[in-house]
Amino acid sequence: MDAVSQQQHRIRHRALVPGLIVLALLAGWASLALGTVPLSPIRVLAALLGHGDRIARIIVIELRLPRAVLGLAVGAMLGLAGAVLQGYLRNPLAEPAVLGVSNAAALGAVAAIYFGLAEWHVAVLPLLAIGGGLAAMALLFVLAGQSESPLTLILAGIAISTLAGAGISLALNLSANPFAGMEIMTWLLGSIENRSAEHVWIALPCIAIGSALLLPYGHALDALSLGEDGARSLGVDLARTRRRLLLGVAIGVGGAVAVSGAIGFVGLIVPHLLRPFTDRSPSALLVPSMLGGAVLLTLADVAVRLIPTSSELKLGVVTAVLGVPVFLVHLLRERRLW
Amino acid sequence: MVSVTLEGLSVDLGGRSVLRDIGATLNSGELIGVVGPNGAGKSTLVRAMLGLTALRGGTVRIDGADIAALPPRTLARVLSYLPQGQTLHWPLSVERLVALGRLPHLGPLSRLTGADRQAIADAMARADVTDLAGRVATELSGGERARVMLARALAVGAQGLVVDEPLASLDPGHQIDVMELLRREAGAGALVVAVLHDLTMAARYCDRLMLIADGALVADGPPDRVLTHDRLRAVYGITALIEPHAAPPLIVPLGRIEDAGG
Repeated sequence: MDAVSQQQHRIRHRALVPGLIVLALLAGWASLALGTVPLSPIRVLAALLGHGDRIARIIVIELRLPRAVLGLAVGAMLGLAGAVLQGYLRNPLAEPAVLGVSNAAALGAVAAIYFGLAEWHVAVLPLLAIGGGLAAMALLFVLAGQSESPLTLILAGIAISTLAGAGISLALNLSANPFAGMEIMTWLLGSIENRSAEHVWIALPCIAIGSALLLPYGHALDALSLGEDGARSLGVDLARTRRRLLLGVAIGVGGAVAVSGAIGFVGLIVPHLLRPFTDRSPSALLVPSMLGGAVLLTLADVAVRLIPTSSELKLGVVTAVLGVPVFLVHLLRERRLW
Repeated sequence: MVSVTLEGLSVDLGGRSVLRDIGATLNSGELIGVVGPNGAGKSTLVRAMLGLTALRGGTVRIDGADIAALPPRTLARVLSYLPQGQTLHWPLSVERLVALGRLPHLGPLSRLTGADRQAIADAMARADVTDLAGRVATELSGGERARVMLARALAVGAQGLVVDEPLASLDPGHQIDVMELLRREAGAGALVVAVLHDLTMAARYCDRLMLIADGALVADGPPDRVLTHDRLRAVYGITALIEPHAAPPLIVPLGRIEDAGG
């Protein structure tokens, strides 16, 4: 690589985070302004500051603000968890779902709907979902034991994910009334439509704790690119790193899935899209993946509002459709390399 | 100056005794070769020295302190390690890879300082990989790769360097480059421990050889004392040409002794 192209690379690296921050702000604004009733930037700003007309205030503050905040926060958590797990498992196809956390959290939520517990209080479903995520993590530790190999963890994660998936299918199979079945289906497709401030207050602390546990481990993830022995000889405490990372993913992703339903592929796609703009070390991807996840999920959420369909498209459907090209590109790149 | 003391070191792996009662003191300024047949326990010995494997008995001390009581980062700053067949999981640039050697010096969220950058540039110069700085480390040739990995280990700036089979799959020219590099590091005052298979190279470059056979340290001393006809026959089951008048000694393995076994 010559000096000029190295220089270009450095500029790209430096511009990445500021660029993504601008995009996230734009996406957040779009989420507040666009929908069935489009609002001008001035009306959005006035409503946010507590001025302006009552209708605009209700639309922006009560209807769209929780949705915008959740879109940004859930996307950020999924993007960060994906980047962390790809680094930790040293596998570019890892995402939160590989460890079974997403599915187990979804099972908790499905149980809340199936047994009618969700009707007691708006917080019951998310709390059960978080419980599901934490239970999955506890099971993961029992199954994977003391082994440090990423393969054991992935195998244990697949076992948990499949078990939780079976539980969800069972609930769908046995659900006595078709409405409960429909409700479960709708929830599983993933959406942040009609979310209230309560949902924001449940998800945000979990996402904050999850991120706080994950972000300091960038250097440990970098060291792991030299394998387990390489990382340990660089002073990384692997057992501690693993505890913190899995706990961070379980709490953060559990909290995110609790309010949004199962939204797949964000954690997979975002690190992939951003990796070429970084120096390709795992630590360099953490903050950009957070921002990128926030942008992607929020824009996808704006898209589901704007795409004219008979019933509103679900967010999880859109992200899944976006995920396929990423897999294909990865496949094509691999084939060219061989 | 650093000194590593092994006292009655024993290691079991999967219920099998791999190392038994190893005792030795390793000092700064020495290039020490760890030699012995496949499966003798050489890699386990160096891993035990770095605290990477659990001991069944004995202690490893660095400057008198038991390594079991040292924080991992402190240990990492004193002894740097290049594992056998080091893999790299992401296509990092050479400069970024060498920078990983500075991790024991960095706090959780801190960035590289000027001193770190100096140590990285210095390590790359010593391993003669400065020209490769912008290349992708996973796309290098075997010889370039070996030097880059050594630069990563040197960037730690540790007083002790432990390398496991640094010569594997290198041509003679690159083998000599690597041995010269290790020789220079020892000459500059570092403790260098290298697991080696090539007895000719080990005898020519090392100050001292530790011969491991079946989990025990059977000989420890200058190459010409350690690599004798009798030991080569007993430990490796081979005959060899030993040129006694050459200094350093020249050893060329010649043939297998049929009835000597494994």
